[in-house]
Amino acid sequence: MPQRAILDHEFIDWTKSSFQLLENGLNGSARLPFHGVRKAAVAQFAKLGLPTTRDEEWKYTNVLPIFKNQFALANQEPVVAKNAIDAFGFEGLRDKMIVLVNGRFSKELSTLAIDDSTVKVGSLSDAIARGEKAVQEHLSRYADFNSEPFVALNTAFTLDGTFIHIPDDISMPHPIHLCHIVVAEDAAAAIASPRTLMVVGKNSQVHLIESYHTLEESAHLTNAVTEVVLEQGATVEHIKMQLESKSAYHIAASTVHQAEKSCFSSVNIDLGGAIVRNNLNVVLNGENAESHLYGFFRTTGSQLIDNHTFIDHAVPNCESNELYKGILDDSSKGVFNGKVLVRQDAQKTNAFQESKCLLLTDDAVMYAKPQLEIFADDVKCSHGATVGQLDEDAQFYLRSRGIGEEKANSILRHAFASDIFERIEVAEVRDMLESLVFEHFND
Amino acid sequence: MSDAAMKELPKSDYDDKFGSQEQQETIERITKSEYKWGWTTDIEMETAPKGLNEEIIHFISQKKNEPAFMLEWRLKAFRHWQKMEEPRWPNVQYNNIDYQNAYYYAAPKKQKQLKSLDEVDPKLRETFDKLGISITEQKRLTGVAVDAVMDSVSVATTFKAELAKHGIIFCSFSEAVQNHPELVKKYIGSVVPYTDNFYAALNSAVFSDGSFCYIPKGVRCPMELSTYFRINAANTGQFERTLIVAEEGAYVSYLEGCTAPMRDENQLHAAVVEIVAHKGAEVKYSTVQNWYPGDAEGKGGIYNFVTKRGICLDDNAKISWTQVETGSAVTWKYPSVILKGDNTVGEFYSVALTNNFQQADTGTKMIHLGKNTRSTIISKGISAGKSQNSYRGLVRVGKNAENARNFSQCDSLLIGDRCGAHTFPYLEVHNKSAKIEHEATTSKVGEDQIFYCNQRGISTEDAIGIIVNGYCKEVFKELPMEFAVEAQKLLAISLEGSVG
Amino acid sequence: MLEIKNLEASIEGNKILRGIDLKVNAGEVHAIMGPNGSGKSTLANVLAGREEYEIDGGEVLYNGDDLLDMSPEDRARAGVFMAFQYPVEIPGVTNAHFLKTALNEIREARGEEKLDAVEFLALVKERMKLVELDQKLLNRSVNEGFSGGEKKRNEIFQMAVLEPKLTIMDETDSGLDIDALRIVSNGVNKLKNPNSATLVITHYQRLLNYIVPDFVHVLVNGRIVESGGKELALKLEEHGYDWVKEANNVAA
Repeated sequence: MPQRAILDHEFIDWTKSSFQLLENGLNGSARLPFHGVRKAAVAQFAKLGLPTTRDEEWKYTNVLPIFKNQFALANQEPVVAKNAIDAFGFEGLRDKMIVLVNGRFSKELSTLAIDDSTVKVGSLSDAIARGEKAVQEHLSRYADFNSEPFVALNTAFTLDGTFIHIPDDISMPHPIHLCHIVVAEDAAAAIASPRTLMVVGKNSQVHLIESYHTLEESAHLTNAVTEVVLEQGATVEHIKMQLESKSAYHIAASTVHQAEKSCFSSVNIDLGGAIVRNNLNVVLNGENAESHLYGFFRTTGSQLIDNHTFIDHAVPNCESNELYKGILDDSSKGVFNGKVLVRQDAQKTNAFQESKCLLLTDDAVMYAKPQLEIFADDVKCSHGATVGQLDEDAQFYLRSRGIGEEKANSILRHAFASDIFERIEVAEVRDMLESLVFEHFND
Repeated sequence: MSDAAMKELPKSDYDDKFGSQEQQETIERITKSEYKWGWTTDIEMETAPKGLNEEIIHFISQKKNEPAFMLEWRLKAFRHWQKMEEPRWPNVQYNNIDYQNAYYYAAPKKQKQLKSLDEVDPKLRETFDKLGISITEQKRLTGVAVDAVMDSVSVATTFKAELAKHGIIFCSFSEAVQNHPELVKKYIGSVVPYTDNFYAALNSAVFSDGSFCYIPKGVRCPMELSTYFRINAANTGQFERTLIVAEEGAYVSYLEGCTAPMRDENQLHAAVVEIVAHKGAEVKYSTVQNWYPGDAEGKGGIYNFVTKRGICLDDNAKISWTQVETGSAVTWKYPSVILKGDNTVGEFYSVALTNNFQQADTGTKMIHLGKNTRSTIISKGISAGKSQNSYRGLVRVGKNAENARNFSQCDSLLIGDRCGAHTFPYLEVHNKSAKIEHEATTSKVGEDQIFYCNQRGISTEDAIGIIVNGYCKEVFKELPMEFAVEAQKLLAISLEGSVG
Repeated sequence: MLEIKNLEASIEGNKILRGIDLKVNAGEVHAIMGPNGSGKSTLANVLAGREEYEIDGGEVLYNGDDLLDMSPEDRARAGVFMAFQYPVEIPGVTNAHFLKTALNEIREARGEEKLDAVEFLALVKERMKLVELDQKLLNRSVNEGFSGGEKKRNEIFQMAVLEPKLTIMDETDSGLDIDALRIVSNGVNKLKNPNSATLVITHYQRLLNYIVPDFVHVLVNGRIVESGGKELALKLEEHGYDWVKEANNVAA
């Protein structure tokens, strides 16, 4: 496809020149070791280029339309009114917000104040400049820019983001809410490259909420990378909510590294975006660790939402549980690709995966590809995938009690989604989602 | 497991991994079993020169006295093949195949035209007798008509006259080209076009024989039809082609079996099977694939790259694939059904067993196009030794396929911890009324199950045989009785010595 | 109230009902008995409006209206209630939400005011006692994780809340132990009134000791072959179904 190649070259050229601009603006921080990583990443991106639908991992998601736009690196310091942010906060958690504008930590807009001097929540760029030990140890160690083009792109343009370090034996008394907003000012579409690194120490606990919003309707690209490290016995709930405008593009890679006895649970909610791709990679690298991955998406119009998850059981005696659900309307498209790898040493693994999708129209399309790759024999693994409609028996039962067909369907759809929301531990988020999605079903 | 392989593990490790002494011995015994069909027949052969070019294709076509349309089709396929790349997406690894270093035509030399089956070269007859496939009708398998194919050439077809009474045509592909060119011309490549994939293109260019079967309207074939494939010659690729056409309301059950000698070099088998089922027709196609799998070190064995596809052309047609795959070094095979007519049914039942260094990437494609189409996929993968076993399947529901139903169950059983089981199902749904369900599980032969059997006086090896056969029962019950018994035995033999 | 005339129905091409005639008046309890496969459950499902069944002939009048022409929800709103043999589990929908929605839809259809949360809760609490159901069940998903007995009691509880005119009990006694059977029957009996009718479908006479029928009909091979008073049920209990089959020349 020659058209494809031109676009690819154009975009790679754009990346190189944008990187040059970025480098020129770095001043002193270009001497920091992390800049070497950026350079390696930009070179790697030039090698990898944009993925095409001929790549197995991108078979159903064509990113081409995104790059037909003229892009510009997002303005690093746009002016955003404080009250504009309020709408994105959760009732009861508005003072727990870290706000990132175009990927950049905003001290003015953030409301979270941490009393504990050992807990660190703040600007990633500051942490890099400080030479923070945890940053040196972990940043860019898990998100693989050698094979993932969009991770390379993010890494090349990582200027700032969020750094969270919770030392050992601390149970955070409240959730941390990272609120990402993109503000496009020029005609050119903005690319924001937010980066998050969270390191959670031994036996510590935290709930992290990442929400993504658009201030004004624009065809921007959010290309986010999040790395989460769980040390021994750590417990993390990571809620990611993508609520951007229907013309936004969103590509996100979350990479999670778990030590023994740690427990990670992820809830991934997608309601916005024109083309959305989430990669969630979890490595279970210590025994008796467990992971719970939940996801829900609801698409309308011509949205495309693609969730790729990869659970790597590298050691024995771990457990993973996964449930993804989607409801597709109009001519939207959904993709679920869930891979579970059980390595040769990972005996006594329990891995369960399920995906369920509802198609509401004949123009909606669902592609599901659940995969198991098993190299150990003493394991219990299963996956299930269903695509279809609401349970007919349940529909009949509701109708036989006098509930009209439309209403019965709306109740069942809501129940279908609630199944995921109920698993969210942060009540403020759960309540907000329940009402948000309820509106969706009654429109 | 071979002695050499066992040496790789320090004794203590070995104990840990494989448990009790008795289980160890069983594992050893099972992995050491010999391939029992590995002998060769010494018979005078006629071969084309090594290599592949247009001249060879002219040679093959000429040898077979083919009409012009066949030669043209072959040449088109060959030219297309030259532009294609060998697929690398399957989850298998093998050395590059040198397509120029193989013979593309090998046939047992014929003395004269045969007047009856009794005139078949005694050596050939012996060969098939030894394989348990008698081509003299007196000693026939009860109620099974056989087309015996050795090194790409049909040797004999039994019961032709009996079948002809019903208007059924069952003969070698070469004979069909001579006697029924209009049927061949109409249907060849209609389900698997030569452009379909690399191996299908190669087969289309060089196929030398195979079986042809035509069931006329309303006829229920009175006996099982069967093709037995045997590779004998060295350095020869086997490229046979099977075409089955079932007219409106017809029914046929078709069986296929295969073996090959033990040779150190890998041999390529790239076959194509096409099935056309017209309105209300039903075709059942069963395969017991037992090509030479290579030795315990992974040396030799057949590369089995096969394209099998059926089309339910019209309403209420049904195509059912059942396969028991125990042989071949590398298998790449996805018997598929295109459900074009309304109310059509596609089925795929598969047992794929890999041991030692075998690799299998097999599964099916169910393409739902018509309304109220149904498909069922039951796949049982068993991996032992150091083998890799993959299920790869596609269920696609087209935009106009109202009320499509699919149920897939893909289970994997691992025996030992040096093998791998992989599941790659693809679900593509374009219609909201579809109901698609896929389930997959991975498990092992439970120690408690073995113990339970032991306690009732059953040896560990037999217990594993019983348990594995039980695991495959859903598939075996789809096979014709005699084949089911054969398949069970084959499974036990292939498993001999592989347990953890 | 209910008049079934020569009703014929089939599923997936198999003829199940071969001409049923039955008249049920307000205040009456009718029992339909019959061996397995005689068409009892089909009759119940056809009356409730299950779409898989095909109506091949005949008609069903409910208070003079063509019942077969109504959607399942309209039947329910008109007062037809089926106690299911196998009540379905609906994960994610709480009993309370489910029942409140149903009740208010029915009330709306009847031209009554919708109940608010407080009124609804008061009603529900009162009716729950009737079937000795634990209030905690209200906040659990519909039938999810309920025991067999709880599911059946939940059916009768719903009936108590929705106050139907015609109740069809489809093998409500199956899978019930003696205590649950007593609770369920008590509930049904307490709800009985001169304006409502009940159709009890059962294989065994057992349930009829608790819910005493005015009429008993024997269904064999898709037809009512014998009708009588409650003594007929006892006769069936004693002699089994074979004598009815023989007496009516029906192949076993």
